[in-house]
Amino acid sequence: MMDTIVNIVSWILIVSGSFFAIVGAVGTLRFPDFWSRLHAASISDSAGVILLLVGMMLQAGPGLIAVKLLIILAFLFITGPTSTHAVANAAFVSGLRPRQLPSAKTGTNSDIDPDTKPDTKPDTGADPALDSENQPTKGDAS
Amino acid sequence: MFELASIALFIAMILVLVRLFSGPTLYDRVLALNSFGTHTVLFIGVLGFLSGRPDFLDIALLYALINFVGTIAILKFFRYRAIGDVRRETPEAEG
Repeated sequence: MMDTIVNIVSWILIVSGSFFAIVGAVGTLRFPDFWSRLHAASISDSAGVILLLVGMMLQAGPGLIAVKLLIILAFLFITGPTSTHAVANAAFVSGLRPRQLPSAKTGTNSDIDPDTKPDTKPDTGADPALDSENQPTKGDAS
Repeated sequence: MFELASIALFIAMILVLVRLFSGPTLYDRVLALNSFGTHTVLFIGVLGFLSGRPDFLDIALLYALINFVGTIAILKFFRYRAIGDVRRETPEAEG
């Protein structure tokens, strides 16, 4: 009974882990941009590794083999995101940038403009008295 | 079960290998190499279970260590053009 449950759970874990490994590999092959490929490769680095190794751990049972699998899991769990971050950081430092869509460019412009316009618009449009008060102080300061 | 996982990992390794040979930039290749190493670690572990010799897990752990250090070494080499000592002028001149 217990063996059947453990077998079924390890079946599910190993099959879904190999599914995520294939999904990450297909994404690494098919995605158009380096940054999206980075995203796809980290799927198989995290989900595939965890699911496959936990499934193998359940299949092995308690013992030295499970400890070895746990060590491999901990190591890959630390070094996978670290090396992915190192690749991303090296690519960013070397000047590779994400491809910007035209809508994204206008979005950044409209994001930049409200930072500058609210500083100028309330000064000019809100009260002329405030402007007349602000300008002599600026003139006195300068 | 392990046959299915080994076949899936083998297909995934081949797909990543295609990206490694056809990557447009250097960093695509490094990323594909790192992903290929991770898939290889999993493949060695599954192969150990498949052949009934779980001693392969030691080889898998060693491969994981070498893969990580190799990725960092490749990135450091292409950043500084040296694996050993890095001259101090290079990051200060760029930054």
